[in-house]
Amino acid sequence: MLLIHCPYCKEDRPELEFHGAGEAHIARPENIADISDAEFEKFFFIRENQKGLVFERWRHLNGCGRFFNAARHSVSDKFICTYKAGEAKPEITEEQLASVLPPARGDK
Amino acid sequence: MADTSTSDLHRNHPLENQLFATGNVLIKPGHALARISLRAAGDQIEEINQVLSLDLPDSPKTSVARDERTALWLGPDEWLILDNLSSDLHELPKNLAQMLCSAVDISHRNTSIIVSGKGAVGVLNTGCPQNLSMEAFPVGACSRTILGKSEIILLRIGTSTFHVECWRSFSDYVWKYLVDGAKTL
Repeated sequence: MLLIHCPYCKEDRPELEFHGAGEAHIARPENIADISDAEFEKFFFIRENQKGLVFERWRHLNGCGRFFNAARHSVSDKFICTYKAGEAKPEITEEQLASVLPPARGDK
Repeated sequence: MADTSTSDLHRNHPLENQLFATGNVLIKPGHALARISLRAAGDQIEEINQVLSLDLPDSPKTSVARDERTALWLGPDEWLILDNLSSDLHELPKNLAQMLCSAVDISHRNTSIIVSGKGAVGVLNTGCPQNLSMEAFPVGACSRTILGKSEIILLRIGTSTFHVECWRSFSDYVWKYLVDGAKTL
């Protein structure tokens, strides 16, 4: 089981209390009624779905109930850091990324 | 809380007459309580504290008890207030009516189960993934968490005594889960 650090409860809590909520840092257009269908599609449906470093929203559903953001590796599933909703994307260093890489193929 | 003083209606406890005991754990339904779910922003807290005559806890996983009234930290702007039935807690939503906050009476939505004995931590950990050691979860610590598939609020009221708060309609599931856990230990 993963241990996830909740930035509001300020401690590592078991994965079972959390709920993933998709990609982070997607701002809703302020003029949502005026934008074109293509722009709306981009905002509503199109996601980066990158292999490697991803920024995600998570919710401490069965805990404090708060949404927060996390930087994570989408292959190894390991968390790099979590931060409160509304805060800017943190800078992720090469060392931080290297520490969550999945084992190379063939490694046991 | 509904005014039942003028009524002959009897409210059944969902776990009435239930009791389970083994050599090292006792599971029993908790007393009926008055409960308020409180949501409020930081600048309102001082005024609410005066109305409650209690200082709301402001750090995660902590609770504050005064006389029979207990306030549990659930989130950065969310608390659960517990008190005995004869208190004036049901007046709180009325007393806070002029303020920008939410106080909802959930006395009858929730029910409680008391798990005690030296096997209590083991029984709870059959369904609750949190670290319940004394270092991580001391007396007075509280947290919303899960037990099996049901959400519970856990409050440690003694070294080996826990107050488990769950929704009334989930109480049958939670009760059976705890009893099953106690049987397997």
